[in-house]
Amino acid sequence: MTAEVAVLGAGMHPWGKWGRGFVEYGVKAARAALADAGVDWRDVGSIVGADTVRGGYPGYVAGATFARALGWQGARVASVYAACASGAQAINTARAQILAGLADVVLVVGADAAPKGFFRPAGGDRPDDPDWLRFRVLGATNPTYFGLYARRRMAVHGDTHEDFAQVKVKNAAMGALNPNARYRKRVTAEEVAASAVVADPLRLLDICATSDGGAALVLSSMEFARRHGAAEPVRIRAVSTVTPRYPNTVLDLPDIATDSAAGAEPSAESFRASIARAAYEEAGIGPEDLSLAEVYDLSTALELQWYEDLGLCGDGEGAKLLREGVTAPGGRIPVNPSGGLASFGEAVPAQAIAQVCEVTWQLRGQAGDRQIPDARVAVTANQGLFGHGSAVVAVR
Amino acid sequence: MVTGWFVGDGEDFRLLGTRCSACVSVFFPREDTHCRNPGCRGGDLQEVPLSRRGRVWSYTDSRYRPPSPYVTDPELPWEPYALIAVELESERIVVLGQAVPGVTVADLTVGMEVEVVPGVLGEDAETTWTTWRWRPTGVA
Repeated sequence: MTAEVAVLGAGMHPWGKWGRGFVEYGVKAARAALADAGVDWRDVGSIVGADTVRGGYPGYVAGATFARALGWQGARVASVYAACASGAQAINTARAQILAGLADVVLVVGADAAPKGFFRPAGGDRPDDPDWLRFRVLGATNPTYFGLYARRRMAVHGDTHEDFAQVKVKNAAMGALNPNARYRKRVTAEEVAASAVVADPLRLLDICATSDGGAALVLSSMEFARRHGAAEPVRIRAVSTVTPRYPNTVLDLPDIATDSAAGAEPSAESFRASIARAAYEEAGIGPEDLSLAEVYDLSTALELQWYEDLGLCGDGEGAKLLREGVTAPGGRIPVNPSGGLASFGEAVPAQAIAQVCEVTWQLRGQAGDRQIPDARVAVTANQGLFGHGSAVVAVR
Repeated sequence: MVTGWFVGDGEDFRLLGTRCSACVSVFFPREDTHCRNPGCRGGDLQEVPLSRRGRVWSYTDSRYRPPSPYVTDPELPWEPYALIAVELESERIVVLGQAVPGVTVADLTVGMEVEVVPGVLGEDAETTWTTWRWRPTGVA
């Protein structure tokens, strides 16, 4: 178990299609987080930015880009790219600096202005890039991978279209209560079933949209938090950033093939499950301790997979857990009380930070109409392209 | 576009991978630099043809036109195609590929046997880009 860091402040720019630049979203979120923390930007010792690659060159230097927009003040700076796990790695970078004594207070920012439609790789002929190859050779978009996982669950576990739709129904009902969510309307199973098929068996309302958005956190040492008057802040107790282990035998974005298991026996534990286990071990908790979870529901079917990988239920029992209402508000372990990606859409470098914003508000009891009563322990989970694990455990 | 991923015509068509001489791990797309098994001391990577047949691990399709760098003619209506992930038993690897034209998700089930066949990804005045496709066995 490692030492804890305090979450002094959390802030967001609402998700949507706003047509502005990612810097503006990030600065809005950063100012909100600083105000929430009661910390002056000039007193922040370090800033860590989660990169966007679609902003072009400025995106690759997100930390400095946000620092410049907030006003150069000489802080230590870092920028992190780990695809969907960028936000978690930014949080981890900040945490490592605090625990190493390099900074007392760190501002973490992620923001993006996403293009409309499918994500696509950067331009040019780049056959050494697996992300370029899967588009060029197969036309395999992100939703086609989500479709493969969904169909596999139907074949192996007996999940149904209706099970998938109920994930959307649940998350949309929570998103309707969240002022930062892009989609704030309840959705019925009939509406999911009536939406167009994107990648069989998944329909438009089974798949998350691409969105603009921003999220930020102010993290500090526990000692600074006490001096600052925050006697019992939300604390980050673990950040998991693990890679898969060879051979990774589940076909995953953006690969055209899995590793072969001919030369080495695969672990009994999947990559996603190993992300969660690393977080639990570092935090010294287990799934039975959780009050809530925020997971990466890129598709409705993938949320069910996360239930199993987080250890909320056994293998293949995700749909059963959903049907029993365990993961809904009022259930034993509500999942995605923010509304999830189903309600937010993807703003890649911001989303893992936004998950921690949500659990911070939940653990403080500040989540308004979507508050989970008496929340004490929360986990966030996602997975970044190219083998980046991402999970955060926060406690109150 | 990519070289050395497949070879041959008709019944002799094969996907090509590489195999580590030390630990027998197989790599597709081919790995020519070093064996990626962390427990392997590292052997020579030798080109090997992959099994012609395998079983469907999962499948899906693309109902909307994929973005560039996938090459399509925007003047033509979009024709969805199926994608199949196929588990090769002896190599213990799952390889994704397009289904042959005419095979839709309605024709597929998880566990069904398929075989690899040559196909054409696209062509322009100068080049024909060939590829591999998966076809249910027993289908002409």
